[in-house]
Amino acid sequence: MNTFVGMPAFPEASSAAVSDAQLRYNLRKATHTIRAKRAAVVGEQPDWAALRAAGAAIKDRTLRHLDVYLERLETAVTEAGGTVHWAADAAEANRIVTGLVKATGETEVVKVKSMATQEIGLNEALEAAGIRAYETDLAELIVQLGDDLPSHILVPAIHRSRSEIREIFLSKMAAWGRPAPAGLADDPRALAEAARLHLRERFLSAKVGISGANFAVAETGTLVVLESEGNGRMCLTLPETLISVVGIEKIVPTWRDLEVFMQLLPRSSTGERMNPYTSTWTGATEGQTFHLVLLDNGRTSVLADEVGRQALRCIRCSACLNVCPVYERAGGHAYGSVYPGPIGTILTPQLRGMASPLEESLPYASTLCGACYEVCPVAINIPEVLLDLRSKVVAHGHVGQRVAMGAARRVLNSPRWLSVTQRSAGRLRRWTPRRLPGPLSAWSDTRDVPRPPKESFRQWWAANR
Amino acid sequence: MRVALFLTCVNDTLFPETGKAVVRLLERLGCEVDFPAGQTCCGQMHFNTGYRDDARPMARRFVSTFGGYEAVVVPSGSCAAMVREWYPSLGVTPPGGVFELTEFIVDVLGVTDVGAYFPHTVTYHPTCHSLRSLKVGSRPLDLLASVRGLTLVPLGGAEECCGFGGTFALKNPAVSAAMCSDKVRGVLDTGAEVLCAADNSCLMHIGGALSRQRTGVRVMHLAEILAATEEAS
Amino acid sequence: MSSRDRILARVRSALSDVPREENPGDVPVPREYERSRTGVDVVELLVDRLTDYRAQVHEVSDVAAAVAEALTRREARRLAVPPGVPDAWLRSVEAVHDDPPLPNVELDSLDGVLTGCAVAIAETGTIVLDAGPDQGRRALTLVPDYHLCVVRRDQIVRTVPEAVGRLDPSRPLTWISGPSATSDIELNRVEGVHGPRTLEVLIV
Repeated sequence: MNTFVGMPAFPEASSAAVSDAQLRYNLRKATHTIRAKRAAVVGEQPDWAALRAAGAAIKDRTLRHLDVYLERLETAVTEAGGTVHWAADAAEANRIVTGLVKATGETEVVKVKSMATQEIGLNEALEAAGIRAYETDLAELIVQLGDDLPSHILVPAIHRSRSEIREIFLSKMAAWGRPAPAGLADDPRALAEAARLHLRERFLSAKVGISGANFAVAETGTLVVLESEGNGRMCLTLPETLISVVGIEKIVPTWRDLEVFMQLLPRSSTGERMNPYTSTWTGATEGQTFHLVLLDNGRTSVLADEVGRQALRCIRCSACLNVCPVYERAGGHAYGSVYPGPIGTILTPQLRGMASPLEESLPYASTLCGACYEVCPVAINIPEVLLDLRSKVVAHGHVGQRVAMGAARRVLNSPRWLSVTQRSAGRLRRWTPRRLPGPLSAWSDTRDVPRPPKESFRQWWAANR
Repeated sequence: MRVALFLTCVNDTLFPETGKAVVRLLERLGCEVDFPAGQTCCGQMHFNTGYRDDARPMARRFVSTFGGYEAVVVPSGSCAAMVREWYPSLGVTPPGGVFELTEFIVDVLGVTDVGAYFPHTVTYHPTCHSLRSLKVGSRPLDLLASVRGLTLVPLGGAEECCGFGGTFALKNPAVSAAMCSDKVRGVLDTGAEVLCAADNSCLMHIGGALSRQRTGVRVMHLAEILAATEEAS
Repeated sequence: MSSRDRILARVRSALSDVPREENPGDVPVPREYERSRTGVDVVELLVDRLTDYRAQVHEVSDVAAAVAEALTRREARRLAVPPGVPDAWLRSVEAVHDDPPLPNVELDSLDGVLTGCAVAIAETGTIVLDAGPDQGRRALTLVPDYHLCVVRRDQIVRTVPEAVGRLDPSRPLTWISGPSATSDIELNRVEGVHGPRTLEVLIV
């Protein structure tokens, strides 16, 4: 199975993506479509700024008192007949879920799209234990059948065009169940129909369902899943056993708080006034056995950082990906994690630590243009966190850059040395190179180098005023 | 009114004509302009790359150089944003009265028609920090709209970043170049003779590509257009 | 140490900057957003928004007649019916009662399902089911391919906050906004994936 382990740093991975014309076409088309839809439905909401402020504040309240709310959630779920499990890391969460599935005697599970289970590599862990996990969200199905990696939070197969999807369905569906109909067309309607037929019997006979959750209400123990296709309802409703793996930051304090998030999330995410289906359930429902697995897996390290903590407000809407000019060109895979785009650049290095050159490169995978912050429905100041993470990256190593930056500071912090440098540049202006040496060649490969003027402004000012 | 000009190190070193234009423009609008010689760099490059300890002395220098002025005018959206938005995270309190050029003209002087004459077709790129950090809004466009002889043509995808991002252009050259080439295409689609912005760093980036591709499109800082008059042309 | 204790200890140590005496309620939450709004008639708005999702909507006075018409249009006869649906709605329906609960495969073979609802939200074109007697368990409105839903005028609210205030979180809720859909292929919306592909709403 394909994984993100051992991915190269962002500059390398993204430069490969930039030269993939089909990928760039797919991404541009998709992100521009969703941008326009989001802008339209956000624009018609007169109190959007107030909702955004409330959403951020509710999440901040939760995070500042997360211990209280976790215990409250545990109590409420338990009282409603559910069983709560705690997983400190991915391995523990996978062990718990695998054990719960094995206890049912089943060897197959159906899954609703869930970022948390992707993050912990649950499917791979189940596979190793002889349990097959069937992804049922259309985009996840495309990724799973294609032995591919997700490249977007909301639409994991955003990098695939309709004709590529048709190819994947025709060649791979048979190995996983009902084959694609012969003569399958590449029109989205026909492709969706093929997915419906492929999964129909699987849903009706599934005994174990696995999900994540968009929200967990501490006060009532209610879990909330937003979706579009109905695969979520199938997985949450029909199986006898439901296991939900939920990050500890998904909590909201009260039922009433959903009145804010049920407005913020759909409009930011799919650009709809409301997503087609939302399911809420509290504990063991309609005779089901229900297990809630609360997942840390690095979240408490994020929580410990006073600047970076705001990343835990994220409700995984993916609006930041859709407006990001870097994501649009680099594609999701370059971010080396299930969390691509701007939110990934601040979440991945914090969840994993600066474990490799990849994590160290992510805080620099941004021009700091601020488009992400502007659209974030919970006002995560992504540029602020990026700048903070950059200061942590340079705190160790990077000797060459350190020396260069130190030299630059000595010039730039001294009017005298700045003036000397300006005069030298003015004298040497005839020899302004077309190609710059070393790391600066990255500039001159595609752009001309400005020729320094004969005299700097400060020389002119001194002479004329 | 007496104002201090914080020209920025990039303009001082590479684009002195912008500085001269700002001085001409502000003097024409009745200001007395001072260029404090102790000024250097706002510290943005170091801060944005993660070198906060290097940026801090520059921030302190800025405060000691400009602290005594009622108004400080900065012809760069990103440097003005550095001072106002980010100095506090270095533990440095920014002086009050730091204005990006178009904020100063429109809000402080209360002028949108600066009496300029520029008989050319111009398109405007609203740089990210002017747009989203400072939120200068329509001020630059209002100023351009009042310039006699000037034909303003809208830039497609105007609000999208040009891909400069300071050291981003060096650290992620492939993505930066791809963003820049889309911006260049947007500029060429307008048919404008001149691409204008209120920040020379972004113009150096887009202009470097426009020039490398021999497009013939010139880049000009907004101040140079606003300083142009019928007598001078 | 259990993982529960370990995680809670990590959370507490991560929050060492939060003053001990601070309570959750001390963190301010500004709620300046609008809980209700005025504007066009809620029925008109609901019809508009449902139509936007390509649901079929009719304003009716005689439910039984409207149900009969809807079924004729669709050439449908056999509908799953939750126990609390009034007999008066069922004049022309071959009702298959979900008592005892129908197996999934049988639900799948029916022509559709007829239910009431708990709340409808005009601004977002949403119908909320709360598994009440005239709505039944969740599978009932999920497996059949056609969902015919009766909404009473007094069940319609304008905004999401008004709906949240009316709903009981201890009941399993299903919020439905139009038919099943996906945008997973090039972000184009396509109706009809796993849930009912046709949603028809009768507003009484």
